[in-house]
Amino acid sequence: MDILPVYLPMAETAVDGVLLVGIGGGVGLLSGLFGVGGGFLITPLLIFLGVPPAVAAATGANTVVASSAAGAIAHWRRGTLDVKMGLLLLAGGIAGSAASVKLFGILSAMGQIDLVVALSYVLLLGSVGAMMLAESVRAMLPGARRAAVARAAIGADLPWRMSFPRSGIETSALAPLLIGLAVGVLTGLMGVGGGFLLVPAMIYLLAMPTTTVVGTSLFQILFVSGNVTFLQAVSHQTVDIVLAALLIAGGVVAAPVGARLGAKLDAARLRVLLALMVLGVAIGLGVGLVRQPADIYSIRLDLGEPAKDETP
Amino acid sequence: MIRALLLALAFLVAATPARAQPLIADLSSHLIAITTGFSGTELLLFGATEGEGDVVVVVRGPEGEASVRRKARVAGIWINRDELRFAGVPAFYRIASSKPLADFVPTALRQRHQIGVDFLRLQPQRELNSEETAAFRAGLVRNKEAQKLYEPEVGRVSFLGPRLFRTRILFPANVPTGNYSVEVLLIRNGQVLAAQTTPMFVSKVGFGADVYDFAHAWSAVYGLLAILLAVAAGWAAGAIFRK
Repeated sequence: MDILPVYLPMAETAVDGVLLVGIGGGVGLLSGLFGVGGGFLITPLLIFLGVPPAVAAATGANTVVASSAAGAIAHWRRGTLDVKMGLLLLAGGIAGSAASVKLFGILSAMGQIDLVVALSYVLLLGSVGAMMLAESVRAMLPGARRAAVARAAIGADLPWRMSFPRSGIETSALAPLLIGLAVGVLTGLMGVGGGFLLVPAMIYLLAMPTTTVVGTSLFQILFVSGNVTFLQAVSHQTVDIVLAALLIAGGVVAAPVGARLGAKLDAARLRVLLALMVLGVAIGLGVGLVRQPADIYSIRLDLGEPAKDETP
Repeated sequence: MIRALLLALAFLVAATPARAQPLIADLSSHLIAITTGFSGTELLLFGATEGEGDVVVVVRGPEGEASVRRKARVAGIWINRDELRFAGVPAFYRIASSKPLADFVPTALRQRHQIGVDFLRLQPQRELNSEETAAFRAGLVRNKEAQKLYEPEVGRVSFLGPRLFRTRILFPANVPTGNYSVEVLLIRNGQVLAAQTTPMFVSKVGFGADVYDFAHAWSAVYGLLAILLAVAAGWAAGAIFRK
């Protein structure tokens, strides 16, 4: 069945290398197209292939570093990256993800981290996806284009107004900080880059044009996923560099293709596609929560055990 | 190679005079080396018996603790509700036998030597009624079987002639690393005539081992390296694509 089995030293199992490169490519394409890191797709796929969940999440973050770097660089060259906005989002994001690390520890000790993660996914992806879909379908109807541009809902009434010439908007500096903070908390909890939340938040809450949204969100994701990779490698040794390399090999080739494709496609149509994808994942996860699992018993080996390879 | 080993063993048996051991057995290798291309392996266990009897082989991986969680439906959603921890859980377990176990191994013997998943001495770390404990225990075994770390089927020990026997032991790609024991029992009339325990190791070697060791010894450097590699790969792809 396996074309080229590769043993993954940190995941401690073997997976088909060709399949991993393929998955990396598929997710990389979507990443470049929509400006999402793809963590929310890669992690469940890896778990499905038998990679332990902790390794899947941490290594997923590592691959997101590569795909977001490739995408962010491409957007920066094309001038569709708002660095000023990105840095503000990032400042909030780092603070938020640091805070959520503690929460993660408490929840996993209680055995409820999986539930919280799945519930957050379903609620956030579901509402964000539905909102985006409704909005972008309305925007695609003839004559409705102008009216479809959202208001800067949270930026309008806050102090410290600042102009962002690259995006052509003016809003409070607090708005991106708060959005970054909120997304950062969720990123740390859910182990994803947060692009699927950031992109709609920038469109609907900051009223940024879709053109700069994708590049700027990739910029923020790059640093947040780098932070997650580092923290996981240091505290749990769950980053599998062999697994990451295979996924990245596929991803880096496909991400720029996605970015080019995205530049050609109609922005409103792009949003419909992203909305459908986000909704699809939310529905899939929601069904998983409600449906009776194949086995209601699950096992978890002890995390407290010493490194396994101490004896020769 | 296997044939040569068996031949050598046969000579050894033939050359040993009267006070011969009733049972000798060995593995084709005492080390499973997990390399980058590792996708599971198979070891051959072979041996010879003195006189009549049947052979049972029990392979056990390193023991540890495991917690078993049970989901229950709360407000329409499946949530982890109850938990029971077990100690003395072997990471890996396989048995093989020359005859169906029920035909020649009494229950007391199966309990003493932990022959069969139902006879593993898994120690629950909390008092529960026996029905509940059994349900959690069954859940643990089922999950281990799904991961291919336990095997419900009893493997076959085949005899080549009256004295020489052999069996294959399969190790999947996710075989846990550590110290293993391979116990071989010669049973006649419901009694253990002879027993031999052979140690075995599963260990990562080469590149995979280096990565693993490095990730544990220099975790901060490893983390930075992982990020740098990813950024470099992303940058390189962008650079190539611009042409």
